[in-house]
Amino acid sequence: MSTPVISQFPYRGDPVAPVRLLEVDGTLTGGGGSVPPMDDEQMLSALWLMMLSRAFDDKGTSLQRQGRFGTFSAVRGQEASVVGSALALDPARDWIVPQYRELPALVNHGLPLESFILYFSGHPAGGYIPEGVRLLPIQISIAAQLPHAVGLAWGLRLQGLDAVVLVYFGDGASSEGDFHEACNLAGVVKAPVIFFLQNNGWAISTPRSRQTAARTFAERAPGYGFDGVVVDGNDLLAVYAATRAAVERARAGGGPTLIESQTYRLGAHNTADDPTRYVAEEVLDSWRDRDPILRVQRYLAACGRWNESIAAKAQEEISQTIDAAFAAARAVAPPTAEDLFLHTYAELTERQARQLREYEMPATGPANG
Amino acid sequence: MSVMNILEAIRDALGTEMAADDRVILLGQDIGKFGGIFRATDGLYAQFGGERVIDMPLAEGAIIGSALGLALSGLRPVAEIQFLGFARQAFHQIVSQVARMRHRSRGRFAASMVIRAPFGGGVRTPELHSDAVECQFAQAQGLKVIAPSNPYDAKGMLLAAIRDPDPVLFCEPLHGYRSIKGDVPSSAYTVDFSKANVVRQGNDITLIGWSSAVNVALRAAEALATEGIEATVVDIRSLLPLDVGGIVAAVESTGRCVIVHEAPLTAGFGAEIAATLAREAFYSLQAPIERVTGPDAPYPLAGAEQMYLPGVDRVVAAARRTAQGQ
Ligand SMILES: Cc1ncc(C[n+]2csc(CCOP(=O)(O)OP(=O)(O)O)c2C)c(N)n1
Repeated sequence: MSTPVISQFPYRGDPVAPVRLLEVDGTLTGGGGSVPPMDDEQMLSALWLMMLSRAFDDKGTSLQRQGRFGTFSAVRGQEASVVGSALALDPARDWIVPQYRELPALVNHGLPLESFILYFSGHPAGGYIPEGVRLLPIQISIAAQLPHAVGLAWGLRLQGLDAVVLVYFGDGASSEGDFHEACNLAGVVKAPVIFFLQNNGWAISTPRSRQTAARTFAERAPGYGFDGVVVDGNDLLAVYAATRAAVERARAGGGPTLIESQTYRLGAHNTADDPTRYVAEEVLDSWRDRDPILRVQRYLAACGRWNESIAAKAQEEISQTIDAAFAAARAVAPPTAEDLFLHTYAELTERQARQLREYEMPATGPANG
Repeated sequence: MSVMNILEAIRDALGTEMAADDRVILLGQDIGKFGGIFRATDGLYAQFGGERVIDMPLAEGAIIGSALGLALSGLRPVAEIQFLGFARQAFHQIVSQVARMRHRSRGRFAASMVIRAPFGGGVRTPELHSDAVECQFAQAQGLKVIAPSNPYDAKGMLLAAIRDPDPVLFCEPLHGYRSIKGDVPSSAYTVDFSKANVVRQGNDITLIGWSSAVNVALRAAEALATEGIEATVVDIRSLLPLDVGGIVAAVESTGRCVIVHEAPLTAGFGAEIAATLAREAFYSLQAPIERVTGPDAPYPLAGAEQMYLPGVDRVVAAARRTAQGQ
């Protein structure tokens, strides 16, 4: 007699199809009768941010190659994912807790572009977020920001505010313990937080298939007691609609949502990476055909809101914005020895003060005791 | 004023500050109805409710990581980790995130929060529960690492820690939790933990420690007094930042020094103190600085811990050598 199989949660079936509202050719998924969640004006502003992001990636990469900018991670290919999610938030009350690949979301939420440039140029001033801007600093330790987002969302709720927190992270980040601990806690305390997982296919060179055996990342959410959603991350409208629904749920006290945005990194992990070693050109081409920016442009062109002259004007405005931000960043004085110590604590410790004096008077200053 | 042990003094500080400041919330494992595995939060759940005395999932990283988020939201979290050795489960959150938040945001954000955890051996705990890992946090610039040795300091230092704008790792002496008693005012006073405390004055030698080791040093000082060796005993109170001026003055007054701690010798915090004194008090030293510490071995199971711990006999022997050394 064989042992009977006892399994109440069998793992089988096909992965769910991602939510999609805008087809690759720029037509609405449900046909002409369906109503998009954004009007044309909103889509034009979204497109502007997406194009700003793409142009910044180009400019930053070229400056980095010339040694005039630091290593940074481009958004290329993920613009709909980042912009669609950010636009679903209210910058006057909601918070974004970033990873490092979300430039247009940060800009939309109020971060000056030159701050981002300073940060990735290695200037300590780049860590500063202006007062009133509801953003935490960029996170470099993968997934460490996830429990911060839960605590922040929970704390704002405990104080009676109706703010929502959206936290960005990658498919790689979902393998870290912090992801599990954060989702688990968020479910328990019903924190008004949106876990926005950008599944861009890669964590540096590690493919998505090495991060989890699950069919999707989003299906883990029910295990933590809340809902998960898979969206076509190259579809601005789907990302926006799914995020807005999650924001409304969180605001109403319904707790967290895990959104898996299925997108693709159209390029290198960062400017130090060489993806030709591990990404097949055919795969890249298939994703280039699904470019999130083209999709929005096609839609708006069909509505009569986009053409070559509008595009040229937008490009011009965007390059001026970027050039002005780089110029502003270059005008910031280089860091001083004081910058090494300032803000470690609310006040310098005695030891720090002595060490600083030593920088300032290397020959005569006191030793570091 | 009443006589309290260290646990009671801690509980008193928590209750005092929660009553005074409704931003203060407690997070931890089993701290609610149960009152914490050592009863440090006993009665606080009944008094302040489950929204301020919060039982957390069993995940140190999430306790510390979410406490940081709670602090950024404007609350004042005080997180309990059941044993300091288990704070290693949250090491990246404490060292890379909590400690650096102010610095990396150029002062925009501060992790104004406290992490409380008992540490140290001698009470026959299971494996890993006794590890004295406080010095592993003492390189986390941006964090304050403090460790009271008596009930008066426990209350006053904890109140100061909760009010501190910077994050504080508050290491509690597990061994003395109930056995060390002393007078504790009922008022809400603070103790300036940035200053080392001379808990005994003597002219012949200076013994330096923190937490439980201060009490070992005090007992050693009594034994030494019977031999005619009078010891100064210094409780540094804070590892990070270290009160360099305070320890230098205390060693200059005797010219001889023994440092006592539970953690292993190599790269223990005694090394930092000894190197500092070797530079700053060099011309007053009349004998080599000695360190009496745990051996360079993992903390053993309980049956062997008395050999491991730096006991009074070893401190007395080292002090005698140092006092006689030229
Ligand atoms: C804790 C930690 N481990 C390793 C790294 C090095 N690292 C930087 S980015 C990265 C991949 C992250 O992948 P993913 O989370 O999918 O985000 P993506 O870069 O694809 O947006 C790694 C391994 C790090 N920064 N932090």
